[in-house]
Amino acid sequence: MELTGAEIIIRCLQEEQVEYAFGYPGGAVLFIYDELFKQDKVKHILVRHEQAAVHAADGYARSSDKVGVAIVTSGPGLTNAVTGIATAYMDSIPMVIISGQVPTFAIGEDAFQEVDAVGITRPCVKHNFLVKDPKDIAETIKKAFYLARTGRPGPVLVDIPKDVSNQKAVFEYPESVSIRSYHPPGKADSTQIRHAAQMLLEAKRPMIYAGGGVVQGDASLQLIELVHLLGAPCTNTLMGLGGFPAGDNQFVGMLGMHGTYEANMAMQHCDVLLAVGARFDDRVIGNVAHFAEVPRKIIHIDIDPSSIAKRVKVDLPIVADLKLALGELLDVLKSSKQKPDAAELASWWKQVNEWRVKGGGMRYKNSTEVIKPQYVIETLHKITGGDAFITSDVGQHQMWAAQYYKFNKPRRWINSGGLGTMGFGLPAAMGVQLINPGETVACVTGEGSIQMNIQELSTCKQFRLPIKVLALNNRYLGMVRQWQEFFHGNRYSESYMDALPDFVKLAEAYGHVGMRIDNPADVEPAIKEAFARKDDLVFMDFRTDSTENVFPMVPGGKGLSEVILAEDL
Amino acid sequence: MRHIISLLMENEAGALSRVAGLFSARGYNIESLTVAPTEDPTMSRMTIVTSGSDAVIEQINKQLNKLVDVVAVMDLSEGEHLERELMLVKIRAKGEDRDELKRMADIFRGRIIDVSNETYTIELTGAGSKLDNFLEAVGRELILETVRTGASGIGRGDRILKL
Repeated sequence: MELTGAEIIIRCLQEEQVEYAFGYPGGAVLFIYDELFKQDKVKHILVRHEQAAVHAADGYARSSDKVGVAIVTSGPGLTNAVTGIATAYMDSIPMVIISGQVPTFAIGEDAFQEVDAVGITRPCVKHNFLVKDPKDIAETIKKAFYLARTGRPGPVLVDIPKDVSNQKAVFEYPESVSIRSYHPPGKADSTQIRHAAQMLLEAKRPMIYAGGGVVQGDASLQLIELVHLLGAPCTNTLMGLGGFPAGDNQFVGMLGMHGTYEANMAMQHCDVLLAVGARFDDRVIGNVAHFAEVPRKIIHIDIDPSSIAKRVKVDLPIVADLKLALGELLDVLKSSKQKPDAAELASWWKQVNEWRVKGGGMRYKNSTEVIKPQYVIETLHKITGGDAFITSDVGQHQMWAAQYYKFNKPRRWINSGGLGTMGFGLPAAMGVQLINPGETVACVTGEGSIQMNIQELSTCKQFRLPIKVLALNNRYLGMVRQWQEFFHGNRYSESYMDALPDFVKLAEAYGHVGMRIDNPADVEPAIKEAFARKDDLVFMDFRTDSTENVFPMVPGGKGLSEVILAEDL
Repeated sequence: MRHIISLLMENEAGALSRVAGLFSARGYNIESLTVAPTEDPTMSRMTIVTSGSDAVIEQINKQLNKLVDVVAVMDLSEGEHLERELMLVKIRAKGEDRDELKRMADIFRGRIIDVSNETYTIELTGAGSKLDNFLEAVGRELILETVRTGASGIGRGDRILKL
């Protein structure tokens, strides 16, 4: 039977079992929205800005193992979506974006709401397609989902001209699809795995460094077993938090620019480093030359060969699906009669524990006068039992959330790590809440970030999303202010925000509950009250210490051991 | 170091821009780039001449392989290979220069493919350095126009890049 292009698109989404699509209608997608209207399998979430549609699809994907879906119109609909697409690309999030395009006969004529969607998004998608014939829609969408979720995941854009969505073609959804130029890695090479096992068994100062790949690759259980078997310290990147439980004794905390002293020192001074699903980026190991000064053997397991040996030299590269590779490594280690040298391991842990004492873990000086932002996060952790889904925006509050909320499970920590997109937190929380109904979802944000997508409070009302927003309001773009204090002679250029809105009234104007909290003594009762309101979105405006800084800090361009601790200042 | 990279890619609109965009986005050099369909009309063959440290070349290979439209990649300079470039050059050829330039073209195994009262147009094929040498021998003051295709490369003997 022949269907229109728009019918085919919706049928494809149904075939992919898409429960929610996030989007915003417009001229070029009118036929698609007409078909959405005629069915109820794919539920559409109407956002208030296309950037939010993509972030919501992103949160939906990060907090589940599903592919997020967003639908946007041509021109400004697509350009508004680009920040969201780039955010997903940097963090390897599986997503399919369907964008409308002007009719094929108008392409290239500077038509109303025309942009070169494929051209604009090319550098920030895993792949993209322009569909010029309705008979190609089904296979293209099948390919888009396949590409998005396999290998190193990422966003895939399908651009569909308006006339194509209105022309008819026979619909048949392919069972499977293969692309001759695309072969996502599977199992690891067994020789390399045996080699890796040997290196780890012979290590005197082993260290395991795990990133977002462990979370995305659902390899958390294998990682935990491996770390326990080897007895080595384990650190997570910002993207990897929850991939290894923060409550485990072998966890030394997050590493990197605002990581723990012990994680960074252990990273610097280990003799065998196992990197799993991580990419040695600039916020993680800082100065590459400084990192290379201490000799160590590096084993790097990643699904993307281009992540290996990009910034640091690697002794043993292993390109594979992490879950499979770690499973194979476990099998080899378990069947081996060798064990890591207990005495060497004990003396390594003695050293690591000395660093733990010196760094003092995460610490700050609490106050009875002014709310310390770290205290808010600690209290949030306490009240939610460490079990909530936490989204964040970007800045100081993001780092405090990463440092003080102890994530024990993967996919609970949802933040824009790679691109660092302010405005991510609230719309991402919408996607998280929808795919995890009944679960506690909190968005930790700042008064700067929240205003970048605050219009989504309206979406939250429409779809009854009981998200808890915790705004750490210090009246400054805090991370900018911190860098200006440290590196720009206290010249706070444009980092102070005057004329902030009354967030309580603003929340109420959108139909939600607003709270303003000024005193440290009120923090815990307020959070308790907010989380007791299971059906309401509660916006908590915490007036926090405006001079608080994030510590520890490895300044940009410095080495991991060149850290500023809180007491150094 | 100079490298010559060959790749097979889907003969689709936009595939070329993905490769070119990758090089500019990541700051890799492109000395020359040539592309045309192969005997299999669904595929194009591209030759890229680039330069960079070993680490950069390794990344270029990996990043090219990562592009969904790229079917196969080979760094020709890692083994025995042949390299040819075609040049069309129009030179001022008047009076007694005409015989001299004809001889020069012969020495370089070039062919004169167009003649006017005052010009020769010469077709020359070879490695890039041979074309450079010819231009130098002719002398800049006589050169009116040059068109070069950029290098095309192929492996020697059993080195074959095919799907």
